[in-house]
Amino acid sequence: MSALAAANARLLGLCDEAARRSDPLAALRRAGREAFAASGLPDTHREEWKYTSLAPLVALDWALAPASFSPSAPPPGIEMFTLRESPAGTPRIGDLVDLKEHPLAALATALLDDGLVIRSIPNADVARPIELSLSTREIHRPELRVPRVRIEAARGSRLAVVLDHACAAIGGPRFTNAVIEIDIAENAQLELTVLQRETGTAFHASNTAVRLARDARFTSRVITLGGRLVRNDLSVLLAGEGSECSLDGLYLGTGARVVDNHSLVDHAVPRGTSRQLYKGVLAGTSQGVFRGRVIVRPGAQKTDAAQSNTNLLLSNGAEIDTKPQLEIWADDVKCSHGSAIGRLDENALFYLRSRALDEREARALLTQGFAAQIFAALPSEALREELGAEFARRVAAETLP
Amino acid sequence: MTQHEKRPLLEIRGLEARVGEKQILRGIDLTIRAGEVHALMGPNGSGKSTLAGVLAGRPSFEVTAGSIHFDGRELQGLLPEERAREGMFLAFQYPIEIPGVTNNYFLKAAVNAVRQHRGQDTLDAMDFLALSREKMKIVGMKPELMSRAVNEGFSGGEKKRNEVLQMLLLEPRLAILDETDSGLDIDALRVVASGVNYLRSANRALLVITHYQRLLEYIVPDFVHVLSEGRIAHSGGKELALELEAKGYGWLEKEPPAAGAAQ
Amino acid sequence: MSETAELRELAAKEYEYGFVTDIETEKIPRGLSEDVVRLISAKKEEPAWLLEWRLKAYRRFVQMLEAGHHPKWAQLTYPEIDYQAMYYYAAPKQAAKYEKIEDVDPELLRTYEKLGIPLAEQKRLAGVAVDAVFDSVSVATTYKAELEKHGIIFGSFSDAVKKHPELVQRWLGSVVPYSDNFFAALNSAVFSDGSFAYIPKGVRCPMELSTYFRINAQETGQFERTLIVAEEGAYVSYLEGCTAPRRDENQLHAAVVELVALDDAEIKYSTVQNWYPGDQQGRGGIFNFVTKRGACRGKRSKISWTQVETGSAITWKYPSCILQGDDSVGAFYSVALTRGRQQADTGTKMIHIGKNTRSTIVSKGISAGRGQQSYRGLVKIGPKAIGARNHSRCDSLLLGDQCGAHTFPYLEVKNASATVEHEATTSKISEDQLFYCRQRGISEEDAVSMIVNGFCREVLRELPMEFAVEAQKLLGLSLEGSVG
Repeated sequence: MSALAAANARLLGLCDEAARRSDPLAALRRAGREAFAASGLPDTHREEWKYTSLAPLVALDWALAPASFSPSAPPPGIEMFTLRESPAGTPRIGDLVDLKEHPLAALATALLDDGLVIRSIPNADVARPIELSLSTREIHRPELRVPRVRIEAARGSRLAVVLDHACAAIGGPRFTNAVIEIDIAENAQLELTVLQRETGTAFHASNTAVRLARDARFTSRVITLGGRLVRNDLSVLLAGEGSECSLDGLYLGTGARVVDNHSLVDHAVPRGTSRQLYKGVLAGTSQGVFRGRVIVRPGAQKTDAAQSNTNLLLSNGAEIDTKPQLEIWADDVKCSHGSAIGRLDENALFYLRSRALDEREARALLTQGFAAQIFAALPSEALREELGAEFARRVAAETLP
Repeated sequence: MTQHEKRPLLEIRGLEARVGEKQILRGIDLTIRAGEVHALMGPNGSGKSTLAGVLAGRPSFEVTAGSIHFDGRELQGLLPEERAREGMFLAFQYPIEIPGVTNNYFLKAAVNAVRQHRGQDTLDAMDFLALSREKMKIVGMKPELMSRAVNEGFSGGEKKRNEVLQMLLLEPRLAILDETDSGLDIDALRVVASGVNYLRSANRALLVITHYQRLLEYIVPDFVHVLSEGRIAHSGGKELALELEAKGYGWLEKEPPAAGAAQ
Repeated sequence: MSETAELRELAAKEYEYGFVTDIETEKIPRGLSEDVVRLISAKKEEPAWLLEWRLKAYRRFVQMLEAGHHPKWAQLTYPEIDYQAMYYYAAPKQAAKYEKIEDVDPELLRTYEKLGIPLAEQKRLAGVAVDAVFDSVSVATTYKAELEKHGIIFGSFSDAVKKHPELVQRWLGSVVPYSDNFFAALNSAVFSDGSFAYIPKGVRCPMELSTYFRINAQETGQFERTLIVAEEGAYVSYLEGCTAPRRDENQLHAAVVELVALDDAEIKYSTVQNWYPGDQQGRGGIFNFVTKRGACRGKRSKISWTQVETGSAITWKYPSCILQGDDSVGAFYSVALTRGRQQADTGTKMIHIGKNTRSTIVSKGISAGRGQQSYRGLVKIGPKAIGARNHSRCDSLLLGDQCGAHTFPYLEVKNASATVEHEATTSKISEDQLFYCRQRGISEEDAVSMIVNGFCREVLRELPMEFAVEAQKLLGLSLEGSVG
């Protein structure tokens, strides 16, 4: 039996165990198991996984960690509860992710134990970001976690959420397979910041599925600085007229890391606006992958979609594979995308050095400048400083002469 | 004076028009004779640009009632290009950009389309070059702009000059200027106005649509009309423009002017 | 009727006209087998090494077919092709279909006229009996003499195999090996004919080489093979194709084109193609699967692909450049127009291997009717491709709301000193732009044509002059009725 087949068998075993529990989530778990059984872990023959091999993950024997949430008290205007303890029965869950398209999300769904729901009340305006830390305790064997978060922004409300995947703990390898479902109602606004700063033994896959109603707005910033292999799937469905989304990302590859961002923006109705800006810095022998897909469905007139992906390769041996994609089925639209890969500008480097900075300082400064645009959009000064410093530290460690 | 000479160049009777669901023109009566300069003023939303669009035959503007006769011929039913070839010119408020098509190529095609319709010989590249150079001097336009794509990257002033240049090249019988002065500084305004005035003749008429009185000091009108809520509320001589400038559009609602001779 | 049965019927039509022919009417059975390959090679009197090559290719093709390795892309839908239902060797058409030009479909004649094709040509293209007065021989002779003076070899592939076998053997399959892909394997096994051009060291070919040079053009083969070699310091500009609508009962076309440029050599390959697109329901169109690849083997060598395509029911074509030599340059300029129910999945591959290589991609797609068009490009920068530079620009123009335009670029960069830039935009001709032109006396159709030509300008100016004029006319003609 091949390593992949063996891994699939083991994981299905975990799914079967989970299936034995009978609670309101049982039907959803069954759907997840069915979808995962049909596809198994994706290999590089699947177009969406063409550049990203899960081989190191496949080799390990994962044990399932129980779900644990310890959210802080929610601010006024926000309700927070776990699926188990949810008032008035189980809320809608699992309706936004396409399990056939996303085998890892299917696996996470099959193993779903508990999840956290964050919900605003209509017209609430919550200025302070809700911080959620999904860090783990110390572990001693390969551990698979499947955190699930559902965020519902009620009509006319405004809120911000910061999801922090740090792992202060040390120990065995961990595999975080997260699913984040976001439903934004009419005229509501959500700002999502995701920080990935895991250690070099962490595997991370997150699937974020967002649906926007009429005039809704979604802003997301995903900052990936750590993890041995990171795969972010972000899918946004502009289901209501006049909705808008703005997706930013910054990814840093160091050592032999792999960081893969797949985004999908689906303009299903007219007058949607989308913007994407993803910036990558690849050093060491790391590998970056970016796939930005924009679909404009028939009839989605007056769509305005723009996407940009720029990458800085800091060393030979680093690699970037990028696929910006446009699928346009309506004609009265404005759509564009741009992708650029390059190195630090020689002229700029020389200029800095002529002002007495040594080469290393100059390179670090320019690299920081490249990433600055994304940091500037972070919701708090504290976060901006913290992330900026961490980025600088990791880049410096990598580019030591 | 023969009956032919007495016939108005443009005769609008009871014109009503809508754009999409919205009714904009609610009954316009206007007569313009060759050799005259008419000014059309009015607050935003009164229907000035809509009238210009209806005259030029813009597809999304629907005439719901009334008639438009251009030199005795009913305009409705004529395609925009047919109206243009018959001698109607509209200088746009927001001239559009056409990437990839040079100004030179575009203008030569337009000039020749009109010439062909009039039974004149079409111009070859050399002839057109000479003609366009001559006209560009009048509007003070840089020759390089001819090899640029139509209006692409042109400043506001350059776009308006390009409109006037086209007018000089196509020699229309009726030129409608839709807020040609908006966004121009005094110097540009002077140059544009002199280009327009160059075309004044006994055979030609001008309909100058403007929000501000300032342009009318350079292009002096024979008649001034004020449009309000889709109808011509008042008409007068050039003094009416000065009164409006001094007292604002609100004044008209409160106090109808003494000299209000409608056509 | 099923698609397969339709294909069969169409393939059979060739033999229904009842030709009067003075060539042997040897019956070559339908279908594909080693015997058919041997027959083809024998008919062409090919040397043993070429037969052997064909047979290896055939065996590989069978392997791929059995393993289910025929290409499938999400954006194209086409019926399963039954390879056993086709004829693989068509007798050259010597006899005419019509007695006089008045018998030809007037619509077809109108098209020829609009494209500015002289009457004698129209007759030949439509298959009308050509009068004896029309001297086809003398023009061909003058042409060949000029080329021979320079030592340039240009002629049919079959001729080259006979007269210059060592050249063909040296380069055939060196850029597209028969194992490269499914249709390349098929082509290598059963290719009928094509062009061969060889430009010796330091020679700049004094005229554009053209298969469109109508006198020498044979009936379009289904499986054409073209090989062009430019030695050190040589230059050649080659034109392929025809603006006249090419109707062909052979629905499947699988051609292979190989280009080799040595140090300081340059090859410009231009294509203007107007395949019959099928009727309004999309029936009867041509499936056009082509493997085109240029190898910039030498230092400072250059290969550029320029194409204007309209028509073809299904096009699958990715002209590529392998930039092996240091400082070599690859370019791809394309205008593709799809309308009716056409589907096009086309693009390019630029593979950067040597140092300081450069590539430029300009792709302009125009979709109208229910046309679907996808650009699929690959820019691959290898780990040793120091200082590689690429710039790509893919723009789509949509005419109408039933068509689609899709862009799927793949950028794979493994060298940190590379600079790769890609931009894509999608737009339509706005109502405002059309009205502006019309208010200046230009008709709507002329306005669309003007704007579309402006959209394609960057590509059209890469074409040799006469071709550019024809291409513009072709675009205009193809757009007729597509507006509104």
